[in-house]
Amino acid sequence: MASMTKADIGGMLARQGILIAFAVFIIGFTIANDRFLSPDNVMGVIRSSAILGVMALGVTFVVISGNLDLSVGSMMSFSTIVVLDLHDKIGPFLAIPAMFAMTLCLGAFIGFLVGYLKLNSLIVTLGMLSAIHGLTLTYSGGQNMDIADKEGTWFGVFGQGSALGIPVPILIFLALAALLGIILAKTAFGRKVYAVGGNGTAATFSGIKRARIVFLCYIMSSACVAVAGLIQASRSMGSQNTVGQGLELDVLAAVILGGASLLGGSGTIFKTVIGVLILGFIQNGLLLLGLQFYVQNVVTWVIIILAVWLDIAAKRGKLWSNIA
Amino acid sequence: MEAGNLSKILKNSAIWGFIVLELIFFSIAGEFLSLSDKAFMDVDNMLLLLKQSAPIGIIAMGMTIIMVNGNIDLSVGAIFALSAVILLDSLSWSVFAGLGDWVIPVSWTLALLTGVALGAINGLIVWKTGVDAFIVTLGSMLGFRGLVFMYNGENPTSSLNWTLVDFAEAQFLGFHTATWFLAVVTLIIWYIMTRTVHGRNAYAIGDNREAAVNAGIKVGPHMLINFMIIGFLSALSAVVFYSESGSVNPNDGQLYELWVITAVVLGGTKLTGGSGSIVSTLGGVLAIQLLRKGLGHIGADTSTVNLVIGLILIAVLFLDRQLNAKGKEELKI
Amino acid sequence: MTDHIPALRLEGIVKTFPGVRALDGVALSVMPGEVHALMGENGAGKSTLMKVLGGIYQPDEGQIIVSEVPTVMTSPLQAKSKGIVFIHQELSLAEELTVAENIYLGELPRRSFGRVDWTMLYAQTDAILKKLKVGFNAKTIVGDLSIANQQMVEIARALTVDAKAVIFDEPTASLTDAEKVVLFDVISDLQAQGVGIIYISHRMEEIFKITDRISVLRDGSYRGTLNTRDTTEEEVTQLMIGRALDLTRNESHHTLGDVALEVRGLSCGDLFKDVSFEVRRGEVLGFYGLVGAGRTEIAETLFGLRDPDGGVILLDGEEVRVTSPADAISKGISLVPEDRKGQGLVLGMNCRDNMTLPQVGNLSSGPFVAPGAETAIFDKYKEKLDIRTPGWKQTVGNLSGGNQQKIVIGKWLSMNPKVLIVDEPTRGIDVGSKSEIHTLIRELAAQGYAVIVVSSEMPEVLHVSDRIVAMFSGRVMRTFTSDEVTEESLIQAISGIAPTQKVA
Repeated sequence: MASMTKADIGGMLARQGILIAFAVFIIGFTIANDRFLSPDNVMGVIRSSAILGVMALGVTFVVISGNLDLSVGSMMSFSTIVVLDLHDKIGPFLAIPAMFAMTLCLGAFIGFLVGYLKLNSLIVTLGMLSAIHGLTLTYSGGQNMDIADKEGTWFGVFGQGSALGIPVPILIFLALAALLGIILAKTAFGRKVYAVGGNGTAATFSGIKRARIVFLCYIMSSACVAVAGLIQASRSMGSQNTVGQGLELDVLAAVILGGASLLGGSGTIFKTVIGVLILGFIQNGLLLLGLQFYVQNVVTWVIIILAVWLDIAAKRGKLWSNIA
Repeated sequence: MEAGNLSKILKNSAIWGFIVLELIFFSIAGEFLSLSDKAFMDVDNMLLLLKQSAPIGIIAMGMTIIMVNGNIDLSVGAIFALSAVILLDSLSWSVFAGLGDWVIPVSWTLALLTGVALGAINGLIVWKTGVDAFIVTLGSMLGFRGLVFMYNGENPTSSLNWTLVDFAEAQFLGFHTATWFLAVVTLIIWYIMTRTVHGRNAYAIGDNREAAVNAGIKVGPHMLINFMIIGFLSALSAVVFYSESGSVNPNDGQLYELWVITAVVLGGTKLTGGSGSIVSTLGGVLAIQLLRKGLGHIGADTSTVNLVIGLILIAVLFLDRQLNAKGKEELKI
Repeated sequence: MTDHIPALRLEGIVKTFPGVRALDGVALSVMPGEVHALMGENGAGKSTLMKVLGGIYQPDEGQIIVSEVPTVMTSPLQAKSKGIVFIHQELSLAEELTVAENIYLGELPRRSFGRVDWTMLYAQTDAILKKLKVGFNAKTIVGDLSIANQQMVEIARALTVDAKAVIFDEPTASLTDAEKVVLFDVISDLQAQGVGIIYISHRMEEIFKITDRISVLRDGSYRGTLNTRDTTEEEVTQLMIGRALDLTRNESHHTLGDVALEVRGLSCGDLFKDVSFEVRRGEVLGFYGLVGAGRTEIAETLFGLRDPDGGVILLDGEEVRVTSPADAISKGISLVPEDRKGQGLVLGMNCRDNMTLPQVGNLSSGPFVAPGAETAIFDKYKEKLDIRTPGWKQTVGNLSGGNQQKIVIGKWLSMNPKVLIVDEPTRGIDVGSKSEIHTLIRELAAQGYAVIVVSSEMPEVLHVSDRIVAMFSGRVMRTFTSDEVTEESLIQAISGIAPTQKVA
């Protein structure tokens, strides 16, 4: 009995490990620098994490359904470039829905390949990473995209505006997190996403249309990417073709940090938000300590490995692997 | 069995057929579209193509072993960059000042050891923690890249050693130094995979891990060695490339993992492990390089190259699935 | 010389798992040159015993004695080095490698620098293959071989060591008759070389053809050893089944309702051909046959998981086409699948969510799921089926096999199906839960459900079915009513011996 209790504690530690690590970081950084928890600083962290965070929300759906999405970075570049370009051509009112439609088409294409054709999501989205990057370059002709009249448009509201003293990107991120959190936790669709990721065969045997659920997850993911692209475009009013490059891995890191298993079937929106905030706060905390941003990479590396390791160690009931 | 053999032959030779198609297409299309008067299949052009294939190609050989094993390594680009930084920086370390040109082999060794050490870190974590190689190397891709930046901030690391440049730019029997490196690496890895116990065990582990474990194959140390091999090859790739260029940016090698994996998958290696051939990987590497060069030749820009390569990768995956479909035997799930 | 020393002897083997005494003092002794059958129902403890022997499990008590030397088995590799070799039912081969590489997996002969000594490898392999008289060579890729030949590769592995005992686990499950002949030749060759053989099988015909003695396990304990020459199938069966379980013939005769499901001339590739049957409300229709006879495939086709080539399915007299499980469920056909963990349940999900999975969309109020309604359904079937779990929040993976199966059954009952198909209802379930599930199936029929039970356990089929469809090699051989069926006639029918006859 005693050993079971011990295992239970170990399991609980591992399950809540990410929250505990988060708390330790916050406390540590706060002691090191009293500006860390100041409202301005906290707001700043969340605002700078918003774009990554919005994308991570969508990818959470994909990962829980048992797949990967490595294309979100280049897809975000695409939506940013497209909406900036269309802004000057057809005006923001039409540009935004047009950009959403185009981005969703990309998501639908990936969803079709992975869901209905059952192709491996790692390779498909790897291919799409490259293909969408090409598409973006073709669209822009390789040029940076800028809004000509930056003063005379309300387009900046999504990235630069604020309401009730809170920056709009934060509001969008939190609202979207709440919405998607409810969809995942409280709707039949959310339940099916967990079932498909947990055991796709059993889900099919229970009458769930696996392909359709996977398809919809990629639609969700691309919708989130479109929102992220909108915020990015609105914030900078101009962009390079490679604005989202490499973000797919940061996004995935945040989702994994949040405890979603790459095998599918586990993870929550709340935990992903925590994962995003951890990445944001680490970066910020290290900066406040006077360390460069790239130290964050090293710290993130260690944390990801530790988080996943503890998670699976708790599941197998022992720290080291059974690999001979 | 007949049909099985046929599809197998089709699959094994598909990449070479694809290369021939590319050559024909770009030669003909080049006649009409090319901006230069030179033919696509010009000897110099082809020699250059082989040389340019080397950096990706050398790493792809290591990636084939890793993927045959059923693992993946996303950190190769970061290992490439860190080894390059060590290579170029150590050339000008004051401790080596008295060595003259003998500093070159010393720096090479240091760079290669860096690669092996980084690979060993990946391998040890995969072995000891049991965390999936995808996550481990995703993490170390960030971490190793962080180390690159920590080394020299956001500044490039440069060092031009003319002896080294002369060596790197040399041609022997018409082929460039880099091409020779690719050829030798391909040969050695091919030999390992087809002729040695380690190579055959790599297939066995990827194919049926439980059976391999039951047969007493030490899976952990085996995977560790493979991660050290790919670390070594990533470093070797950096050695070959930066001996000539003499300057490395901290962002260099980014997305190399994507190119390498694309080449390996194009060559027919299965993601699930157990199957894959070094010769076909070489085909995959050449096919990608041909595509990049060929599209450039007919006036297409990088954008088209990215688009086409991405779509081809997906098409290959689709074809592979269709060829392996079992028909009535398979459940509709 | 060593003829009087057993090649392998097990003494008083005890193995317990939390809550289950899987092996309770099992003894077994195999002489050199003897073919010793190990029989017992599914769940009797055969596979646990084999895992103990192979070093995968450590026994809590008892000894393994090889050639009179007490031995502790720690791994399959070590068992092999002691001369104990397994021919597994599920092949453990690397399909992309050659025959030779598979035979010497983990022990490839080496030259300097870790190179494989191909000359020696092929020479040794060819020598072994010659003994086996097989039609392939050392360089053949294993994936290109038929299942029977792959099994030969497994057997060849056994010959690389100085085998004292070779254990065959259901070796003929996927073999054709011609291939069986070859296998039996190999076994008698091994026998002649003085190797002790343990032969695990359900097939009486084979057992009586090739074995010398038969040992029987039931409920994890040893029930005795019989000389094959001096015994009968009845005696063996009696030992296997015993009187512990109420697995008598189904005697109930309640009135049957209308035909719920009728199938005419259904075919699907090589899996099954021209299958016809009907099942009425209030009736349990059993499907019995050997592995590979096409029983499960018929169930899968009815459930929309396979597209038939021909034939019609009539539901309540109306012709229907079932295109997917979702479609089947909406038409009122439900399947409790054979592979409970792989197909029946999402193991990481809780009990309630698993049970309501097919109808979670229908249970929603507005856009949201209705946890109250879901919990009500769960509670209802928890009580009705006597599911023992602390509460609905319990993760399904933590339940026992019997309770897991009840969750799957509850999942479909709560949808009130027209036809309930249950494939291998008690596979891997302990004896107590087994009879509960049997009783449950009978009750469901009494309540007016049309139930199809697919099973590879004869006592089970006899116990629950009103009528039994006997299948052999993808065809319906005969349909029995529970009054006319005998074990002999059933065994004959599923072995392809009985003349095909249609029973209207």
